[in-house]
Amino acid sequence: MTKRKIQMMLSVNGEDHDVSFLPHRTLLEVLREDMQLTGTKHGCELGECGTCTVLVDGEPALSCLVLGLECAGKDIQTVEGLGTAGGPHPLQKRFAELNAAQCGYCTPGILMAAQSILTKDPTPDRETLREELAGNLCRCTGYLRIYEAIEMAAEDMQHGS
Amino acid sequence: MMRLPTFSYCAPDTAEEIAHILAEEGPAAQIVAGGTDLYPNMKRRQVEPKTVVSLARARALRGIEWRDDGSLRLGTSEPLRALERDPRLQSTLPALHQSVLSISTPVLRNMGTIGGNLCLDTRCQYLNQNFEWRRTINHCLKCSGDTCWTAPGSPKCWAVNSSDSVPVMIAMGAKLLLQGAAGRREVTAAEFFDVTDGREWIRRQPDEVMTDIVIPSQEGTRSVYLKLRRRDAYDFPVLGVAARITMDGDLVSDARIVLNAVGPAPVRCTEAEQALIGYRLNAETIGEAGNLSRRGAKPLDNTDYMPNYRKKMVPVFVRRALAALA
Amino acid sequence: MAPKYRIIGKANTKVDGLAKSTGATKFADDLSLPRMLYCKLHRAHVPYAVIKNIDTSAAEAMDGVVAVLVGSELPTQFGILPVSQDEHALCPDKVRFVGDPVAAVAALDEDTAFAAAQAIRVEYEPLPPVFDPAEAIQNEVPQLHDYGDDGNVHKRVAMEFGDVAGALEDADEVLEDVVFYQGNTHLPMEQHATLAMPEADGRLTIWSSTQTPHYLHKAVSKVLGLPPSRIRIIACPNGGGFGGKSDPFNHEIVVAALAVKTQRPCKITLTREEVFYCHRGRHPVLMRSRMGLDKKKKAITGIHFESLLDGGAYGSYGVASTYYTGALQTVTYKVPNYRFDGVRTFTNKPPCGPKRGHGTVQPRFALEIQVDRAAHALGMDPADFRLQNLQPPESVTANWLRIRTMGLKACIDKVVEASGWRERYGKLERGHGLGLACSSYITGAGLPIYWNRMPHSGVQLKLDRGGGVTAFCGATDIGQGSDTVLASCVAEILGVDLLDVRVCVADTDLTPVDLGSYSSRVTLMMGNAAIQAAERARDLLAKACAEKLEVPPARLAFADNRVFDTQDPDKSMEFAQAVVFAEAKFGTIGTVGSYSPPKMPGRYRGAGVGPTPTYSYSASVIELHCDEETGIIDIDKIWIAHDIGQAINYHLAMGQVEGSVYMGVGEALMEEMVYRDRRNGAHKIPSLLEYKSPTTMEMPPVDTFLIEEPDPEGPFGAKEVGQGPLLPIMPAVANGVFDALGVRVNRCPITPEFVLAALESKDKRSGPKSYPDLRIEAPARILTPAEGGDGYEIDQKRKTKQLAREQRTDEQKTTR
Repeated sequence: MTKRKIQMMLSVNGEDHDVSFLPHRTLLEVLREDMQLTGTKHGCELGECGTCTVLVDGEPALSCLVLGLECAGKDIQTVEGLGTAGGPHPLQKRFAELNAAQCGYCTPGILMAAQSILTKDPTPDRETLREELAGNLCRCTGYLRIYEAIEMAAEDMQHGS
Repeated sequence: MMRLPTFSYCAPDTAEEIAHILAEEGPAAQIVAGGTDLYPNMKRRQVEPKTVVSLARARALRGIEWRDDGSLRLGTSEPLRALERDPRLQSTLPALHQSVLSISTPVLRNMGTIGGNLCLDTRCQYLNQNFEWRRTINHCLKCSGDTCWTAPGSPKCWAVNSSDSVPVMIAMGAKLLLQGAAGRREVTAAEFFDVTDGREWIRRQPDEVMTDIVIPSQEGTRSVYLKLRRRDAYDFPVLGVAARITMDGDLVSDARIVLNAVGPAPVRCTEAEQALIGYRLNAETIGEAGNLSRRGAKPLDNTDYMPNYRKKMVPVFVRRALAALA
Repeated sequence: MAPKYRIIGKANTKVDGLAKSTGATKFADDLSLPRMLYCKLHRAHVPYAVIKNIDTSAAEAMDGVVAVLVGSELPTQFGILPVSQDEHALCPDKVRFVGDPVAAVAALDEDTAFAAAQAIRVEYEPLPPVFDPAEAIQNEVPQLHDYGDDGNVHKRVAMEFGDVAGALEDADEVLEDVVFYQGNTHLPMEQHATLAMPEADGRLTIWSSTQTPHYLHKAVSKVLGLPPSRIRIIACPNGGGFGGKSDPFNHEIVVAALAVKTQRPCKITLTREEVFYCHRGRHPVLMRSRMGLDKKKKAITGIHFESLLDGGAYGSYGVASTYYTGALQTVTYKVPNYRFDGVRTFTNKPPCGPKRGHGTVQPRFALEIQVDRAAHALGMDPADFRLQNLQPPESVTANWLRIRTMGLKACIDKVVEASGWRERYGKLERGHGLGLACSSYITGAGLPIYWNRMPHSGVQLKLDRGGGVTAFCGATDIGQGSDTVLASCVAEILGVDLLDVRVCVADTDLTPVDLGSYSSRVTLMMGNAAIQAAERARDLLAKACAEKLEVPPARLAFADNRVFDTQDPDKSMEFAQAVVFAEAKFGTIGTVGSYSPPKMPGRYRGAGVGPTPTYSYSASVIELHCDEETGIIDIDKIWIAHDIGQAINYHLAMGQVEGSVYMGVGEALMEEMVYRDRRNGAHKIPSLLEYKSPTTMEMPPVDTFLIEEPDPEGPFGAKEVGQGPLLPIMPAVANGVFDALGVRVNRCPITPEFVLAALESKDKRSGPKSYPDLRIEAPARILTPAEGGDGYEIDQKRKTKQLAREQRTDEQKTTR
């Protein structure tokens, strides 16, 4: 109940970080505000939009509904760990190329969800993408370019390019 | 940003410890499993528990176990996604599979648990709002007010049981195991949800945690779950229909039709069921059952869609559910 | 034939693509500064009341609270339109809707700010609220504002072009439809955020998620009483706007004031609920349209269109919105006589404003349903009726709108062919249907928001000795890709690579004014300004190179980062070298370009809304099925063709069309801004769960066709694409439902309840039953071009001279 911070090791994008934060803070707040990893965005903080999706132990999770302290010992992956402008992940490259990221605000969450889909199913069909991305609202694209970008990235990854 | 209020947090290793802490803390404690129901409610300040007791570390609350008698034991903190991906569950318990698959979104099913969905807090458009919004309507009966704005003359709260799995569990005759400070008890799903007020939507004592769900063998039955909602993802049901039929030759020997999301508790359509038992399942009997199913449902203006439309959809969905089993 | 371009129209990666897909783009809420305070607003819990007292003592006493602000500290009013300066940063005396901000706190962390905002106590004396526009017309008191046309009527418009009464009288048949279009909101995924920082030299820098940094600049300056030269507005990339971030907002001004007051950086990020209160979305509009038909000519004799807008509590863009509900009815099909009566009312709800398709979406819905009915009344295929009545290119409409290129025929042909319309319309099994609708939209408003004679967009170029080009422009990238459009136009002209152009945008200290990302104006206006600036730079370089290469400048071409002789391409030099020669010859190389729209023929009062350099056109066919028992509509497929003139970037253009279609699907089927009138007018569903935005599961497959016939007004021939393609979706769904079930739903969204109501009704129609008496007096009379008019209201010239004098005075004020 106090405003005393807790201190813990948090594994984010394969790196262990010594972080301290208030115990009632969500992973979203810890990432964005305590670790300055602002790549993860937020649209409602109530689990109603999917914008803040990150991977926790490889599975997509809404960082707005996970406590930071619940992530001790878990492997957190955010968009910052997916790739860089100089060495983008095929998903990032294709999202950029196809204008699958219009305003780009829902993009980090969708990329993480897509990454998880491709881990389980390297060649997902359109229906799979539709169902698996049903929790990620996008107001810009109508999702169509997002499907295309993921399909092309899947192909890139199959051919190791 | 919507943020959580402060609280203390613990994640005990066993159900006994959980029950012990719940007994000590009383109603000031809340159980959290996936967090997808509790944390939004806390952020909106609908609940402000002093202590949050997490089920995350209690290994005994996990598991999808098929027993020799064909029954299934589910650990309550098993993620919905695990149920969805279980091939045997998909083939032998289609209604349960359909209901689980229809819950919210894939990401939320990763996080949410079956126990969490069964215990899902009742929902209402006057309730599931930020604190400041609720101040505008001077709060409601379920949360620090004295009027149910859904039915202002009523002494009861009309928040809606919006779980997809509840009607299916009732139709399948599931049993629920609860661990309390004093010991364990078993209760049928039908009993557990036999309530009349949205403020007390499950018959759980403050010290109890639901640990197991046991679904008896559904051999010889056919079941289905249909759901009305605006969007095919995210949305809670504004009408859920679970139906299970047992046939003896050409005739229906047992029928269970359970509605949800039409009031604070699931509704068993006993008249409709009786109209089927001993008869063939054909257009006529299905139509009759559909008409009779209308009676128990009292949808009010506190969810998506207009209440009279939801009421109108009850017989339609019941007929369609039965037709799917014919 | 369209000229060959190196960059224009190609499927290039947008310049900010990787920044967005790596999470590197900094949106306003991603910024934080040392010593930064968090701001929260205390918002009204009552819809309409006089503020008797504000007690901030409990908030001020809290640990971590640094400052509290109330309305009396910021008494100056602001608003987007000069004629509707009716907002306060914080309400000083009255609140007008649930959510109207009353006080603000700045605290060390957001939790504390939240708690402190909640601890503020406001004592109110309630006033009787009004929620229904028809009631607002009747109830003149209490009046929401002390300005407006009368009572709670904010704006009243009535104008007639030609003889509409005669046209309806002479018609063989008159169709009458009363239609209601429910309000809805933009719902950008990014919640509005603003960060304000006091600089060491006494200036103020503000980063904000705004589509209109220039207007915010003016509003902050006005309310804070600081000269614009001391204020720097930087519009961050917007995480979606759609019109929802086009007004200057309370919270933006409040954090600016708090930053000044505390001398610390101060940030506010709205919650999703607060975004609903900012609103400025689609007006709910009740409409009545009467259309006369000539059965022999199979043509429209005239239209009398009426609209009643529910404006909400403030003016916002409402005056323009009102005119827009009556402006573009004439630009698609020939309407020789046209009358429009419009009324906008104030009600105690969040203010409505411009959402994608601003003000034209609702009347387009009504019109396209009526056109569908007209075709059936004449025994014609709805596609043929439209094709036979197209407004011709290079023409002037009855209400004096000038049409340049007009690609609607090509659009209709395309979607009709692709969808198999001819073989399938009217022939699908019951429950399945096809619907066709068309639309048009402006490519930028012809007039600025405040009267002035300055350019609408300016671009500056700086050429570096290393060959890099920096393009400065006030335009804001809200996801539509304006940064890429800017870079593309410059790179095309200068023959450099897209990535050789660095864009520097939306910063009032650094960039020339562009009026903002609204009204689909940026590509055309910024693009033309960019071309002018780039051509001026190219001319300088060409002169310098011509000397060195010893060829006439006119023979030089710029491509592939080189300057070369078109007749002897071996005579060439690198672009960077060309810059060096030019700089040596002329000094530092910097050029400017600017754009102002052409003069418009309409001169009557109200002629300022509707004109544009050129109109885009769209047509869509939608295939759907509709369950007769549940009324639930499933869209199976959408074909859409859009007359874009010339795509600047293929992927951006396609994305804009697809995104418009998506938003149209939401509006057609489910999105509604609704309130609990009997519960204090609380917003019924201010959340992303209950305000229904389509998920992947609701989005059908879309076949998109770009119709490219370059328009003389557009940069490289480009027209708008960001808004127009939304417009045909809703009426195409309504017309598809008619094809499927034979019923008319004169209401949007077309929800299952209304489909069933139509099926159960005697006249196979659902929607509003009547239209209130708006007490419209005689309309202003304007002769049409066919009648030999001059664009002025009859007897108006005298008045106009007076108006011009007033405008000149305004202009002088503005320049001062």
